[in-house]
Amino acid sequence: MAAPKKNGMQTVYFEKPPVIIASASIVGYLEGEGPLGKTFDQVVNDTYYGEKTWEKAEQRMMLETMQKALEKAGLQVKDIDYMLAGDLLNQIITANFTARVLGIPFLGLYGACSTMYEGMALGAMLIEGGFAEKVLVGSSSHYSTAERQYRYPTEMGNQRPMTAQWTVTGAGAAVLAREGSGPVITHATIGKVVDLGQGDAQNMGAAMAPAAADTITCHLKDTARQPDYYDLIITGDLGSYGKKLAEQLVTQDGYDISDRYTDCGILIYSAAQDVHAGGSGCGCSAVVTCGYLMESLKTGKYKRLLGIGTGALLSPCSVQQGETVPGIGHAVVIEMR
Amino acid sequence: MVNINYGVTKMPDNSMPLIKQKQRYMEMVKESTPKPRVLRNVFWAFVVGGLICLVGQFILSFFLARGLSFNEAGAATSTTLVFLAAFLTGIGLYDEVSRFGGAGGIVPITGFANSMVAPALEYRAEGLVFGVGARLFTIAGPVLVWGIVTAWIAGLLYYFFR
Repeated sequence: MAAPKKNGMQTVYFEKPPVIIASASIVGYLEGEGPLGKTFDQVVNDTYYGEKTWEKAEQRMMLETMQKALEKAGLQVKDIDYMLAGDLLNQIITANFTARVLGIPFLGLYGACSTMYEGMALGAMLIEGGFAEKVLVGSSSHYSTAERQYRYPTEMGNQRPMTAQWTVTGAGAAVLAREGSGPVITHATIGKVVDLGQGDAQNMGAAMAPAAADTITCHLKDTARQPDYYDLIITGDLGSYGKKLAEQLVTQDGYDISDRYTDCGILIYSAAQDVHAGGSGCGCSAVVTCGYLMESLKTGKYKRLLGIGTGALLSPCSVQQGETVPGIGHAVVIEMR
Repeated sequence: MVNINYGVTKMPDNSMPLIKQKQRYMEMVKESTPKPRVLRNVFWAFVVGGLICLVGQFILSFFLARGLSFNEAGAATSTTLVFLAAFLTGIGLYDEVSRFGGAGGIVPITGFANSMVAPALEYRAEGLVFGVGARLFTIAGPVLVWGIVTAWIAGLLYYFFR
C-alpha cells in the first residue's frame, strides 16, 4: 500500500501546509555586492568575521543567522522542537558546533549544496506528521573553508576553468511552524542520487543537472502539473552551464520550463564579478531562498515557486580515486496564500 | 567491480539503457562546455611569465654589477624572487597574478614559492606540527618527488649512453 501522504513516486503533500514564519540570511562581502545584496539581512565584510579561523567564522555566521531567524519569528530557543542543519565541511562541523551553542534537539544533515532544501522537506514532514510544532532549518558555506577542503589553499595561484563555480559565503535559516503567517510548503519531492558519468569536479553544474532535471520531471509527473503552474522554477547551484543542461534534459522529458526557470547560483553574482559559471555551496540556495525568494513571495512578485536544492555528492577522496560526481536534487513547493 | 546501476529510471529517457543515457549526456556536456581560451591564456602566460623573468634579469644584472660571480648572482636572484613571491602570497596578491597569468605565474620559481607559502599560511590554524609541518608540501611535494625521479632517470641515461 502506498503511503497515505505520498503523491506518485517521490512526492509528498502536506494537508496542512507548514508555514515559513521567518527566515534570515547573512552573507559575505562578494554576495553583498551582488545583485541580490539588498535582500540579505546582513553583509559581513571580513572573511574571518572577527574569529581566528574561517571555520569559526562560518560557525558564527550560521549561529547568528539562526538567532536572527528566531528573533524575527519572535521565538526563543526553547520554543523550537528540532533543529535541522548541515554544511559542507567534514563531519558537518559548522552545524554540529552551532547546535552545541543553541541546545535545540538536533538532526544533522548532509546533502551537500542541497542541504537547505533537504532540511525544509524534512522539517515540513516533521510538522505535518505531528512530531513538531516548530522546526529551525539552516545551512551554510564559506568560500575559504570549502576551497581549502575541496581544492587548494586559498592563496595558491591557479587558473579556474570557465565552468568552475564560486562557493557562496553565507548562511540561511528558516523557521517552519504549524501555525502562523507567511509562505507555506505544500509539496516536497525527494530526489534520487543520479550520476550520468560526469567526472570533472570543476564542472559541478554538469554533474548535478541530471539529478535536478530528474527531480523536476518527477515532481511534475507526480503532481500532474504543468510547469506553468509555477511562477518560478529555481535550482540551487547549477550555474550557467548546468542550468542549460538541466533545461535541455527536462525538455527531453517533454516539459518546457525555459520561460520560468533560473538558478540561485546565477542570480547571486553579476557577470562583472567574474566568478565564472556562478555561485555554489550550501549557502547559495540557502541565502537566495531565505533572502531573495522569501522577499519576492512576500512582495507578491512570485506566488508559487518550485525550488530544487541541488547537491554534488563528491569528496576530494572520491575525485582522486577517479569516481564520477553523483548529484541529488530535492524539490520543495513554496506558495504564498 | 560492483555492478553499478545508479537507479536512473527516467533520465534522460526511460527506454534507454543507462550506458546509452550516459553517452548521450556526456555528448551534451561536451557541447555545452566552453572551450578553454587557449590563445588568450597562452598570450597572458607569455606576458606574465616573461615579466617575471624580466624582473629576474634585472635582479641578476644588479647583483652582477655589485661584483658577485655569475653563480653567486644566480643564487641570490633565485632567493630574491622566492622572497618576493612569498611576500606577494602573504599579502594576498600572488593568486591574482596566477589567476590572470596562468602557467606564466605557476611555472617560474615564484610559482613554486607560492605553492609552499600558500599552504603554510593556510594550515597555520591546525598548528605548527600537523598543520604547517605536515601540509607544507601538499602542492610542492609531488613536484619535488617526480622532479627528482625524472632527474635521476635522466642522470642514469646520461651515465650509460653519453
